[in-house]
Amino acid sequence: MKLITAIIQPHKLEAVKKELEAVDVNLMTVTNVVGQGRQKGVTEIYRGAKEAGGLLNKIRLDIAVNDEFMEPTLSAISKGAHTGSVGDGKIFVVDLLECVRISNGDRGGKAIG
Amino acid sequence: MNSGDTAWVLMSSALVLLMTMPGLAFFYGGLVRRKNVLSILMQCFIILCVISLQWMLFGYSLAFGPDFHGIIGNLSWAGLHGVGATPNTNYAATIPHTVFMVFQMMFAVITPALIIGSYAERVKFPAFLMFTFLWATFVYDPLAHWVWGTGGWLKSLGALDFAGGIVVHVSSGISALVLAVMLGKRIGYNHRPIRPHNLPFTVLGGALLWFGWFGFNAGSALAADGIAANAFMTTNTATAAAGLTWALIEWWHNGTPTILGTVTGAVAGLVAITPACGFVNPVNALFIGMAVAFVCYLAVAVIKSKVGYDDSLDAFGVHGVGGTFGTIATGLLAEKAVNAAGTDGLFFGNAHQFMVQGLMLLVTIVFAAVMTFIIFKIVDAVIGMRVEEKNEIVGLDLTQQSEAAYTVIE
Repeated sequence: MKLITAIIQPHKLEAVKKELEAVDVNLMTVTNVVGQGRQKGVTEIYRGAKEAGGLLNKIRLDIAVNDEFMEPTLSAISKGAHTGSVGDGKIFVVDLLECVRISNGDRGGKAIG
Repeated sequence: MNSGDTAWVLMSSALVLLMTMPGLAFFYGGLVRRKNVLSILMQCFIILCVISLQWMLFGYSLAFGPDFHGIIGNLSWAGLHGVGATPNTNYAATIPHTVFMVFQMMFAVITPALIIGSYAERVKFPAFLMFTFLWATFVYDPLAHWVWGTGGWLKSLGALDFAGGIVVHVSSGISALVLAVMLGKRIGYNHRPIRPHNLPFTVLGGALLWFGWFGFNAGSALAADGIAANAFMTTNTATAAAGLTWALIEWWHNGTPTILGTVTGAVAGLVAITPACGFVNPVNALFIGMAVAFVCYLAVAVIKSKVGYDDSLDAFGVHGVGGTFGTIATGLLAEKAVNAAGTDGLFFGNAHQFMVQGLMLLVTIVFAAVMTFIIFKIVDAVIGMRVEEKNEIVGLDLTQQSEAAYTVIE
């Protein structure tokens, strides 16, 4: 089992969801986050005081999948979130030790989907 | 001079100011995404500043000043020269001329602000400023002169527009449609509305619009009298009827009534009753309200998604369509029994009035559309109307104003 965390542009969420549904990945957690990467932040000004390089809004997706779903998930996210410019985001993958479905106590692979 | 009339029109002027800021600003501000809410508030606020000055410097003189061949006022009242405490009997015999000018100023302010709804979330701030200034000067001021100014050619024909259905709502609504088409869709717009970021703002703004509209419509009587009272009552009736009807249509069509739908319906009712409010009776106002809800629902929920233009916040669907409907309804339902200074409509045996209303409508649509097209081309050539793609994605608050409405982290 893998835990996939993707940081994407907020306006790409719909496109990514559509690509994920196409490869039968329907369960995900979505959060609003801020961050900075190679894309420079924007300067903010409040009553004349400048704050350079503020953090930018991004969307974070957390998706737990069984191993055979990892590659389709990675390509679906990449396809949906791609524009080709700096700031498109990143995808991280880590091994997942355990998964529990709270409603019925299922464990491991069958609890994921 | 009458102190009751003067007090009421002064009060009404302040009520109409409230419609723009915060009424319209929050009505529209709640409907956009969180990254663009400040751009809407800023656009409304700066219009209030810019047009207030434009009006006192020369706008009022162009619109209401001494007539030049029925087309435009001349500049002899520029800087409010000669506009003072003495009433102008052509416009309002019982209140100081300055009070009439101030009341009209608030109309000149809100009209370009209504158009914001069509180009929201995708124009450059300097381009917006230039467009607004040119539009106010070359569309609003002449049109106000034609319909309301002494010697204006549509006024001379007997066209009826009690509180600005044509001058305010049709003109801004048609211009909104032209802009929406010329600008193109927002990135990510897919024939479905983009989700509003704060509906409570929209409800608050809509409620303030309803409140302020009593100044807009009942104040247009320019006196604290029976005509004002009738306008107050017809305004409230049409608005209530349109809000309820929209909710019922949604209930029947989608299974649940929504607050956004109810508020949108109420605003459509306010728009439709605007040209009619001083000329129709309250029962006919009820019919106007019910009917406009159907017409605007069709425009906003069915036609817009089929045709595919991106009128972001339905400036055309509500103001253009609702204003057009109200202008036609005035030609049908106006009656002298309500307002002796008005005239009878088609349903009261006067087909001529119906034709005059139709002509005024047609002239306004063509004039507003052509002028908006020209002004757009000029501004687009000089500054460029639309923001760059990456700025549109990051949002107008951060890229046009360098500030953010909400923090994610302190």
